[in-house]
Amino acid sequence: MSRIAAAVVGIGLFFVAGLAHAAESIRIGALFAVTGPASFLGEPEKNTMEMLVKDANARGGINGHRVELVVYDTQGDVTKAVQLANKLIKNDRVSVIVGPSTTGETMAVIPVAEKEKIPLVSCAAGIKITEPVKKWVFKTPANDHVAGEKILLHAARHRVKHIALITVSDGFGASGREQLKGLAARKGFTIVADEVYGPKDTDMTAQLTKIRGSRADAVICWGTNPGPAIIARNMKQLGMKIPLYMSHGVASKKFIQLAGADAAEGIMLPAGKLAIFDKLPKNDPQLRLLRDYDQSYRKAFGVEASTFGGYAYDAFLLISSGARKGTTPQQIRDGIEQAKKMVSVSGIFTMSPRDHNGLDLSAFEMVKIVRGDWELTR
Amino acid sequence: MNLGQQLAQYILSGLSTGAIYALIGVGFAIIHNATGIINFAQGEFVMLGGMATFFFFSALKVPLVLAVALATGVSTMAGIVFERLAIRPLKNATPINLVIITIGGSILIRGIAMLLWGKDTHSLPTFSGDEPIMLGGATVMPQHLWIFAVTLVVIVCSKLFFSHTISGKAMRACSYNRRAAGLVGIDVRRMVLFSFAISSAMGSMAGIIIAPLTMTSYDVGVMLGLKGFCAAIIGGMSSGLGTVFGGLILGVLEALGAGLFSSGYKDAIAFIILLLILFIRPQGLFRRGESERV
Repeated sequence: MSRIAAAVVGIGLFFVAGLAHAAESIRIGALFAVTGPASFLGEPEKNTMEMLVKDANARGGINGHRVELVVYDTQGDVTKAVQLANKLIKNDRVSVIVGPSTTGETMAVIPVAEKEKIPLVSCAAGIKITEPVKKWVFKTPANDHVAGEKILLHAARHRVKHIALITVSDGFGASGREQLKGLAARKGFTIVADEVYGPKDTDMTAQLTKIRGSRADAVICWGTNPGPAIIARNMKQLGMKIPLYMSHGVASKKFIQLAGADAAEGIMLPAGKLAIFDKLPKNDPQLRLLRDYDQSYRKAFGVEASTFGGYAYDAFLLISSGARKGTTPQQIRDGIEQAKKMVSVSGIFTMSPRDHNGLDLSAFEMVKIVRGDWELTR
Repeated sequence: MNLGQQLAQYILSGLSTGAIYALIGVGFAIIHNATGIINFAQGEFVMLGGMATFFFFSALKVPLVLAVALATGVSTMAGIVFERLAIRPLKNATPINLVIITIGGSILIRGIAMLLWGKDTHSLPTFSGDEPIMLGGATVMPQHLWIFAVTLVVIVCSKLFFSHTISGKAMRACSYNRRAAGLVGIDVRRMVLFSFAISSAMGSMAGIIIAPLTMTSYDVGVMLGLKGFCAAIIGGMSSGLGTVFGGLILGVLEALGAGLFSSGYKDAIAFIILLLILFIRPQGLFRRGESERV
């Protein structure tokens, strides 16, 4: 008797397990530099990801699949990123990984993702991540050279011939410097000064004095806060009047606040549309999504949404659209690669087997800082 | 813009960063002379000064002068608490143990600051305006004059303190010979506590006066601490003019190196100087023989 009961229970359990399998959840792993030097990237990325996953589950998941999110903090450390990537794949059995936050970490994690055949949607900007294209690797931030090209197009339109570079001596600055030098040569600019500064430097007047002594018509600075803010102040101190271009790395109100509206006046930079969405024309296809993202982020975390959090937003949208076809790593990968005209935060993504970034020049708008606020400029 | 003007700017820029290194370096020297240890948490007091001022000024909306005073007080308290909790309880610890403890302490202080105040960079308003001042073809900010003035005042005060007050003389006695100082009735442990209080106050002053120019965040202490340490080494760990010159030399060489050679090697220049001094003149550039100075 009890044996029959056991059999019934056993068969019942078998069916339950089968049902659970049918509505299998999607497991997304995330590697973000939540603490450490790159925390300004990792923190908004983690917040955004958690917010989106919570929303998606409240609305019944992606295509009826519950989303489970596992986030690990890499602290911006390459070794940790690789260990945690392995842990996500082997212990947590995720079907897709979002992150890491920095180019260095991403480059180190790529071999793991390629070997284990798990799609990786990086939130780092370095061009090496998707060029050459790797089968399992995507990234959501626009390439640095897109921002560089935007700057040089603007400079050419304003008859700039000789440019001075001042770049930060980290991965972001080094990659920007390389791209700018290549682009400038192709577009017929002459680079008359090529200066660098350390990410923790507190005074750049020496480098700027050297630039002042050169024949530069414009300065292009490539770095993330606080360096560029110090450079803006130092240029004012030295009384330098030539135009100053910044990278998209400082496209936030925080930069104006740090430099002071006075020193920031007239600085031009390529900005992702999120930073300036209230300045966009009414018919911009991204406007609604950007406004919604900013509002819900403000509501959840009390601060304005940042471009960096936007990278995680893009990754989540790419994964949800990719997972329409199925939830295995292979299906998600194929789905992401087929994304066409997908409107998101960083731009409008059109992936292809030859382009795993999917963004073009329209991802940025050139803006000028006027009286402590952005103004679109041509 | 001719080379002469450029040189003037390099030297002026170098001197103003050098003054900061000097102020931080003197803090290192004072503790080293009273205790024989290198306090690698010195940079964190610099950070505490700037961050606490920002906190009082921006979050609690107190006037800037009061914010500066409160921040100096907070950092000095932090120095005292650090000495009481981390340095004093260890009996017969070797200097190397104590040095490692200060490194641990610096990581702890940085972590607490990060949790309390977040990871953002903050800026403070300048003390007296943003209009650059022309000095013979070179420019400085009014804030740089504050830096020079505060450095000068602090150095003069510490000189007076060490030469003309009982406590100052007692601290010098501890540095010559701790045991003998103890035997003649000087409370050596109190002097050690004093040295931590003084150097954390100095460090926080440095952090406060540079924050309007260089901005501040929870992790500014690391690099500034190392540069201050270089300054103290060049000056042979003297708490007087030696370290001041050490800081100024370091600042000027960095600026000249960045301007005339390559800005990529700016930090390398500081550390090459440090290594050269340690190899060739471990007693510092300005010290002769064995005489110990405080």
